Amino acid sequence: MTAATRGVEAPGRAEVGARTLRTDRWWLPPAATTVGLLIFVVYATVRAFQQQYFFADERYLTPFYSPCVSLGCASEPGSAHFGMFLPDHPLLPYAAISLPFLLAFRLTCYYYRKAYYRSFWLAPAACAVPEPHATYTGETRFPLILQNVHRYVFYIAVIVSVINTYDAIVAFRHPTDGFVVGIGNLVLLVNVVLLWCYTLSCHSCRHVMGGRLAHFSKHPVRYRIWTWISALNTRHATFAWITLGTLVATDLYVLLVASGTITDLRLVG
Amino acid sequence: MTYTARLRVWRGDAAGGALTDYEVDANEGEVVLDILHRLQATQTPDLAVRWNCKAGKCGSCSAEINGRPRLLCMTRMSVFEPGEVLTVTPMRTFPVIRDLVTDVSFNYAKAREIPSFTPPPDLGPGEYRMKQADVGRSQEFRKCIECFLCQDTCHVVRDHEENKPAFAGPRYLMRVAELEMHPLDVADRVAEVQDEHGLGLCNITKCCTDVCPEGIKITDNALIPMKERVADDRYDPLVWLGRTILRRGSRQARE
Repeated sequence: MTAATRGVEAPGRAEVGARTLRTDRWWLPPAATTVGLLIFVVYATVRAFQQQYFFADERYLTPFYSPCVSLGCASEPGSAHFGMFLPDHPLLPYAAISLPFLLAFRLTCYYYRKAYYRSFWLAPAACAVPEPHATYTGETRFPLILQNVHRYVFYIAVIVSVINTYDAIVAFRHPTDGFVVGIGNLVLLVNVVLLWCYTLSCHSCRHVMGGRLAHFSKHPVRYRIWTWISALNTRHATFAWITLGTLVATDLYVLLVASGTITDLRLVG
Repeated sequence: MTYTARLRVWRGDAAGGALTDYEVDANEGEVVLDILHRLQATQTPDLAVRWNCKAGKCGSCSAEINGRPRLLCMTRMSVFEPGEVLTVTPMRTFPVIRDLVTDVSFNYAKAREIPSFTPPPDLGPGEYRMKQADVGRSQEFRKCIECFLCQDTCHVVRDHEENKPAFAGPRYLMRVAELEMHPLDVADRVAEVQDEHGLGLCNITKCCTDVCPEGIKITDNALIPMKERVADDRYDPLVWLGRTILRRGSRQARE
């Protein structure tokens, strides 16, 4: 099918003569999304492979290295809470057992799908703006049919969130000073709370917890949980962006403290 | 305050047409449909524009204003600058009949393809008993005024005429969701929505939700829940295993 016979120029439709008549800055949201996602991807990739400055003050573990299960984690005693069994290799991140799943969780997330379909694939870049592709099969074929694994990576993301929570809690205990509270603790805590908000507001979580039921009245507890998750779910996109920011901020804080650029301010202990 | 509004209105039919410039008086508090009616009354008595309630409830006056699908009667002139040129065209996903009027029969054909409400065969008239919690979800979808703006903006059919036979569009995928979530409906809507109505073509870019004048969360509350139900039935081995062990069908498992 040629360009002239498809889309808004298909026979029978009004011959307007312009592919879109939108006069607002419709290109701005997809452009901003592209920039935002690229910044995160570049930062996260560099940090995941840096294998340095991931553990600070003998208690702060950055989420990009959690759980730290590489033999390389031995360079920072106390950073590995779940054993060290992955080989220490420059191309293998220290948290290689969690990062691919967290990446998959975000890649298959219903919000991020909208974001990158619009900004990277331009299908469509904005509403009522024609997409550039000659054909379109949506999520009916490989590889996009794999988006259906979202619920499985959600289950794994819950486990990783539990591990991040454990990291944030054990960070209150310094190996020699005992119970301490520093700015880093608050940073880790805020990050993990927002990670839970993002994880639990997931559409698959909403479905699994109660959305799949036909009779809410027969399952009052699941209905109540579904109601809570539905309220969170309305802000899923917001949490998706906030957590990209808090992940970078948390990692950057640990990086700066671990590298000696700044000193962690202790509030207690 | 009265000022002169500048309009570019698409005039023509299936054989061809063009944007035509007009200047029309506009008063404070008016909507775009008011201006088109004044244009019709004073300059172009043959201008074709479909409308009815002028209150955003009949869904008749759908069109595109400055390239965005909107209801003519719910778009206030005050959202535009007084000197701004307003471009008004018919919906660009459907065949044009004349001027701003399109042939939306595609939507009625899709509506007829959806099997109607199917209660359990042993349930007699007068025996329908439901609790509010069970019908709350589908009541949101009943707010639909069938303006077809979601159908118009959906790129699956807007940009790909060839998808029209396979894709029902967000309005009718939402209709299937409404029936599927109905506590007394026993039809297999999940297989139907994927195989017959093309749910897999939807890539959840939410334009349908963005343009809905009733504020229905079509994507989050209808399309994604249906995609999750399809995942239950087609792509989740754990769900399959659980149902096989417990010997429960798709609908029984949701009870």
